[in-house]
Amino acid sequence: MTSLRARMKRGSMAGLATVSASALLLTACGAAPEPGSTSSAGASDYTGCIVSDSGGFDDQSFNQSSYEGLKKAEKDLGIKVNQVESKTNNDFEPNLRAMVTAGCDLTVTVGFLLGDATKAQAAANPDSHFAIIDFGYETPISNVKPIIYDTAQAAFMAGYLAAGTTKTGTVATFGGIKIPTVTIFMDGYADGVKYYNEQKGKDVKLLGWNKDAQDGSFTGDFEKQDVGKQLTRNFLDQGADIVMPVAGPVGKGAGAALQEAKNSGKDVKLIWVDSDGFLTAPDYKEIMLSSVMKQMGEAVETVVKEDKDGKFSNTPYVGTLANDGVQLAPFHDFDSQVPADLKSELDQIKKDIVDGKLKVESDASPKA
Amino acid sequence: MSEQHPPKRPAGDEQGDTQPAKPHQPNLAAEETAAVVSVDTAGGAMGPSAVPASAQSGQLPGGPDTLLRKIFTGSGMVSVLAVFLALVIGGLLIASTDTRVASTASYFFARPTDFLTAVWNAATRSYIALFQGAVFNPRGNSVAAQFAPFMETLTIATPLITAGLGVALAFRAGLFNIGAQGQIIVAGILAAWVGFALHLPLGLHLLLVLVAGIVGGALWGGLVGVLKARTGAHEVILTIMFNYIALYFLRYLLNTPAFQRPGESNPISPILDPSAVYPQIFGSQYRLHLGFILAIGATVLVWWLLNRSTVGFEFRAVGANPKAAQTAGINVSRSTILVMAIAGGLAGMSGVAQVAGTEKVLTDGVAATYGFDAITVALLGRSTPWGTFAAGLLFGAFRAGAVQMQIQTGTPIDIVLVVQSLIVLFIAAPPLVRAVFGLNPRRKKPARAAKSTKAATTGGAA
Repeated sequence: MTSLRARMKRGSMAGLATVSASALLLTACGAAPEPGSTSSAGASDYTGCIVSDSGGFDDQSFNQSSYEGLKKAEKDLGIKVNQVESKTNNDFEPNLRAMVTAGCDLTVTVGFLLGDATKAQAAANPDSHFAIIDFGYETPISNVKPIIYDTAQAAFMAGYLAAGTTKTGTVATFGGIKIPTVTIFMDGYADGVKYYNEQKGKDVKLLGWNKDAQDGSFTGDFEKQDVGKQLTRNFLDQGADIVMPVAGPVGKGAGAALQEAKNSGKDVKLIWVDSDGFLTAPDYKEIMLSSVMKQMGEAVETVVKEDKDGKFSNTPYVGTLANDGVQLAPFHDFDSQVPADLKSELDQIKKDIVDGKLKVESDASPKA
Repeated sequence: MSEQHPPKRPAGDEQGDTQPAKPHQPNLAAEETAAVVSVDTAGGAMGPSAVPASAQSGQLPGGPDTLLRKIFTGSGMVSVLAVFLALVIGGLLIASTDTRVASTASYFFARPTDFLTAVWNAATRSYIALFQGAVFNPRGNSVAAQFAPFMETLTIATPLITAGLGVALAFRAGLFNIGAQGQIIVAGILAAWVGFALHLPLGLHLLLVLVAGIVGGALWGGLVGVLKARTGAHEVILTIMFNYIALYFLRYLLNTPAFQRPGESNPISPILDPSAVYPQIFGSQYRLHLGFILAIGATVLVWWLLNRSTVGFEFRAVGANPKAAQTAGINVSRSTILVMAIAGGLAGMSGVAQVAGTEKVLTDGVAATYGFDAITVALLGRSTPWGTFAAGLLFGAFRAGAVQMQIQTGTPIDIVLVVQSLIVLFIAAPPLVRAVFGLNPRRKKPARAAKSTKAATTGGAA
């Protein structure tokens, strides 16, 4: 193996290294740091860990948000962080097991697919704590904290906003895969549109989701952006001018179709989901009316902080409008175009939902 | 696994050197070559390799004058170089993603040793983690924990071996079977349904799960065989499309209440009954389940089928030359259907290993990427039963080790997979390695150069 080292040395000198040679040359002239100036990550012994589902931490959806929350906790709380990405469903159990073995105090798992694996590891390791995103157990487990969201509340506001903003009297939505965490957006959106119609005596139509039948338009996965683009074009052809894609990265397909329509002179708008699209999908700033946000990063950070302070509980964290776990994002560039009346109506709706005067219900709502 | 590889080469090398180099038959396709060789030795000269511990040595038949033997003549050094090359390139890749390497690179000219040490540490740490995650972890706090990684390797290898055997068997009969993925899925659907929907006594239940899975895979594979035999449709197109049909059918099923948990609408099936799952061989501390024993059994069975049975002889004859086989009185259609059905049944065993062994539920990711990895496993194993078995173990070790590599070193999983693919690439393609080192004049040593030349002329089918 010494020859390996020699070879590597020679290799890098000769420019064989895959480390970008130009970058190396450009930046390689800095001064060496003083010996002994070690960079320790933090003072705490607490280790927070995260296991993704097969989407990976760059899925622009819940894996990414949760991961960013944990990374933020690393910075703010000075904890250690360990992460592992799953490539397939088969990786869940080994990954989780490895996390527990690696001495994680709290392990965050992302998504319902990890529900069984998390349950099994929680049972086998009663002293370790777990938190699972977007999934709740029928019977609570003493060392697992579910982090779930009543997304329908914020989506309701988005539906009302869309109905109050549309010029054509038609709005649309579509989903990635028909699972509760997706349909809850669509249910809330549908109810928001319906509520607007009731309040104003209007007849704004919704394409892509029928709440009563629990059926609508789906792209079939969270990957194929071109399918999202095609669906969105169909909606535009049917007269819709505001679309809310609930499909993670596939939302970019919708954004592309709407941007094309915008460029050809149509007045169309996009409602993003999960994060504030104005910031996370800046390509579509121009058409970004608002976003239905699930504050997963904040929730993860909060749960980590509680656990670190010895206040872990298995009571589900339910993100609502009341605790800002779900929110309607700011209008940003559209702020001046949203009428003041509509804004105050939205504020009133938010207040009513928080106070319980207005009930937003979905089959997929967290049962708590 | 690859670390164990080099010391074993000299043995094969020695044997090889005792054989005089014979004129070679040029440019046969790999699987045809294998089939021809096996037909040649079908009299009983072939035996399972004594050392199936590495992918390459696993398929060396016991008989003397085989073409494969000649291919590996003098390739001991090439194998060493292959692993070496993969380790170096992989190490550099790992280093390129390491934060410490990046920070020391910024003052490379001020103090180069920091940078080089960082590169060295990043690479070696990753390989040590890979080994500790796949074979033996000295940091475990008990003997059981220390051997846990090896058990994990065997667990992950189980579905790879059986699916790989299915692909390999079809290869030997001249069929390029891309359909293991679909066959695993269909088997998984049936096995899982029997597992969670029926409630039967212990023993009988598991048996029925196994039968349902194998029958499901065999039907899905056999259907391809029937279409190919009756209509002449190409099996590659058929199997690829059958994969899609199986996957989307599974997704449809998972959206129906019959395949969902009561009161939930997530696309995930109920958990299989305890009576329907494989018992764990060494207790609940390891995931290793009965399916691994069955995979060993399947390997023996396929070896016997190919090398000792009339049916297997017919498969190989059809694979070598269907027209000649037909002329010789072999029913090619029947062989095609039968081999695809058996291949499907073997892949079906992987489906059962998934739902009854490790996952215990049915999701749309039930087949993971095993169906496609199986193709690589079969090719790496040169389409021989024990070669496939060994290649399955190697892949299992890589997958098991990847977890530790990711956790201990923070190497992104994608880079881990890139490194592993490089290692497999170099192990599987000795001519590539020869070319790489042959082109590098600085590394030329007289003895090795001569050997390389000789090896290069004895055939590039490997």
